[in-house]
Order: sequence, then structure tokens, then C-alpha cells
Amino acid sequence: MSASPTLVARTGSFFHRYANPGRFLKLGARLQPWLTWPAIAFTLAGLGWGLFYSPADWQQGDSVRIMYVHVPAAMLASGGYAGLAFCGLLSLVWRHPLADLAAVEIGPVGACITALCLATGSIWGKPMWGTWWVWDARLTSVLVLFFLYLGHIALIRAFDDPQRGYRAAAILALAGAVDLPIIKFSVQWWNTLHQPDSITLTGAPTMSSSMLWPLALSTIGFSLGFAAIVVARTRAAVMESRIRALLSSPRRGGGAA
Amino acid sequence: MTRKTRRLWLVLACVACLGTAAALILRAFSSDIVFFVTPSQVEASPPPADRTVKLGGMVVAGSVKREKHGETPVATFAVTDGQAAVTVQYEGILPDLFREGQSVVAIGTVKPPHGFVASEVLAKHDETYMPKEVAEALKKSGKWDPRFGPPPSAASWNNMTVQDASKSLSAPAAAN
Repeated sequence: MSASPTLVARTGSFFHRYANPGRFLKLGARLQPWLTWPAIAFTLAGLGWGLFYSPADWQQGDSVRIMYVHVPAAMLASGGYAGLAFCGLLSLVWRHPLADLAAVEIGPVGACITALCLATGSIWGKPMWGTWWVWDARLTSVLVLFFLYLGHIALIRAFDDPQRGYRAAAILALAGAVDLPIIKFSVQWWNTLHQPDSITLTGAPTMSSSMLWPLALSTIGFSLGFAAIVVARTRAAVMESRIRALLSSPRRGGGAA
Repeated sequence: MTRKTRRLWLVLACVACLGTAAALILRAFSSDIVFFVTPSQVEASPPPADRTVKLGGMVVAGSVKREKHGETPVATFAVTDGQAAVTVQYEGILPDLFREGQSVVAIGTVKPPHGFVASEVLAKHDETYMPKEVAEALKKSGKWDPRFGPPPSAASWNNMTVQDASKSLSAPAAAN
């Protein structure tokens, strides 16, 4: 226990280096083009390859191409929520102001990508399974994730004092993180209609490499795109709060005239 | 202990408690969370005739009989989990992915003289994604018959390109 306070303090100071909004704006401005342009390039390459050049599946035919959107969206739905939970931890323990701003901005982006995951899954399910929706463990736990995102979006904006909203939303984000392992392992723990993972850390992928490559590219593209949107939104939020502070400062009258 | 450390331990303890609670709840309800029951479970303890169950398993090769009662197609097939088999009767159009050897989930009730009467049949896709040509090559080479189970270990084919597959398809033909 003697080492832990210093470790906690050091971890805190590492994150606090980027709590300074000015430093974040500088870093963000330099990072932005390195996120945005590769995101567009990887997404176009991955989806172009996947939708037009990769082979059709022996059973699913061309419906397999939905996977190149569905799988990256599903990974980011969980990944984005993990980010939200991490922001919640930074907010509750270290009172990190930038983590609160980032949490406000991750919410809507994560909700959209989760909706995309559910929609593409449903569109695939109708011709393949023969149903738009079933209440199996995987589908239900992802729907719960979608509602967690919606709850977070509503909660973080629900208070007149933003600080109270940040605290409440951070607790929701951390509590909701319990859903992430349930989503991941639902297909192993219980029998579900949803298929198990094709790509695992331990075994060879049960997917032809001619489908795996475009999937990898589009996953990289989607992830960079998610990061690019979140960074851009957070930068905008920092600038917005600066403008607000500037407009409400007492020197404003003299400066504007 | 600084306030930050105390907050960190508090948050970690709360998350750990919540995780344990969730795990216990899921364990307790685990028989309700499963989407389907297997034929051996149905055989061991047949559910009452008025209860809707979801029966999941593999369609037994050679067991599919398709008939037509007037305009409606009627299919009879056996579903197995390797230990027991249940005969399923279904009136209606089967999903595109339905075939012998496919995993399916039949939703319906157990009616002793007919076996299992399904009101809905869903096809279950597995985690295998294989190009058409590779599947053809594997079938032609005799390494795999989709009617009798899942494909061979993915490591043996997942680097096979469509060109490789069409080559190995044309090779035996050239030899003949």
C-alpha cells in the first residue's frame, strides 16, 4: 500500500499533463490530419475491396459483404464504451476536466455506431437466419449497450450544474462496463443464434484470408474514423468553452468596443 | 492515503461488487438465457405439450422430406446434437440457409405422435466464412462433405486463394 499513493499520483500527473486544454488543443491540431486522412483512406480501401473484389461466401453469397460494416461497427460499439468507462474513471478519481468533455463527445458517436451495428445485423439476419431479431444473449446485450449509450447522453446533459452531470454519467459509464464482457463472451457462455467469433486470439481465424484482409482494413479505417470524430468534437468543445469564458469575462465590454 | 487513492479504491471496489453481482445473476438465470435447448435435453425431460420451446441442433443428412399439402410446403427432418435426434415437422417456407448438415433452431412444441411441431425454423450460421470456390475445392477433394458437419480446420484452407481453389478443381479434371 505504501507504493500505491505515489503510483496513483504519478498516473494522475501523466493524465493531467493533457488536462491542460491549451496543450490538448495543440496536440489535437497536430493529431487531427493523421487520424482523418488515414481513416478515409483505410475505410475506402477496406469497403471497396470488401464490397466489390472479395469473394462471395459459399453459403451466404453476397450477403456476407454486410460483415465489412457490421464487424467494425460492433467492435467500436464496445471499444467506444470502454473509452467512455475509462473517461468515467479519470473523472471520478482524478477529476480530470478533459475526460468529462471527452465523455460528452464520445456518447453520441458511440450510440450511432451501435445503432449501425444493430441495423446491419438485422438486415443480415432476415435473409440468413430468417428473422430480423431474436432475443438471444448477444443481440440483447448489444441492445442494452445501445440503451446505456442513450442513458449516458441524456444523463450527462440533465443537470444545470454540468459538474453534477459529469459525476452521475461517469458512474453510469463505469457501472455499464459490466455489459462489455457479457457481450464479448455471450456467444461462448450460452448457446445463441448469433455465431461465435471467427477471429480469436488463440486460434486460426475461421475466415478465408481473402475476406480477412478487407475486414482488417475497414476495421482500421472505422477505428481511426471514430478517433478522428471524437478528437474533432472534443477540440470543438474546448474551443466552445473558451469562447464562452471569453464572452462572459468582465473585460469583454471594453475589448469589444 | 490521499483522497485520490481513496476514490480509486472506492471506485474499483464498487465495480468489483457490481461485476460479482452481475456474474451471480447471470449464473442463476443461465438456463433461461440460453436461446435453445438440445435434442438430448428434450429427450431427457420432455417439456409439456403446451410450452413453446426452441430446439437447436444439426439437420441430419438424408432425413429431410419435403411434401406439399395443397399449396403449403411441409418439411419433415431430424435435428441432432450428436447424442439424440428429434423429428421436426414444419409447415411453411424454410430459410435460404436451410440444408442437411446446417445448424437450425426450430421454435414450436413437442407433440408425441408427430415428434416436434415447429411454427418457425431459423437457420444458424456458424463462424466459418469461406469463398464459394474454396468450398467447391474442399468438397471435390473429398476433405469435406457439408452434409455431415463443419468444415475441416480453418488453418488448412484460410490461406487458399480463389486461384488455388480453381487450380485444384481443374487439376483432377485435367488428369482424367
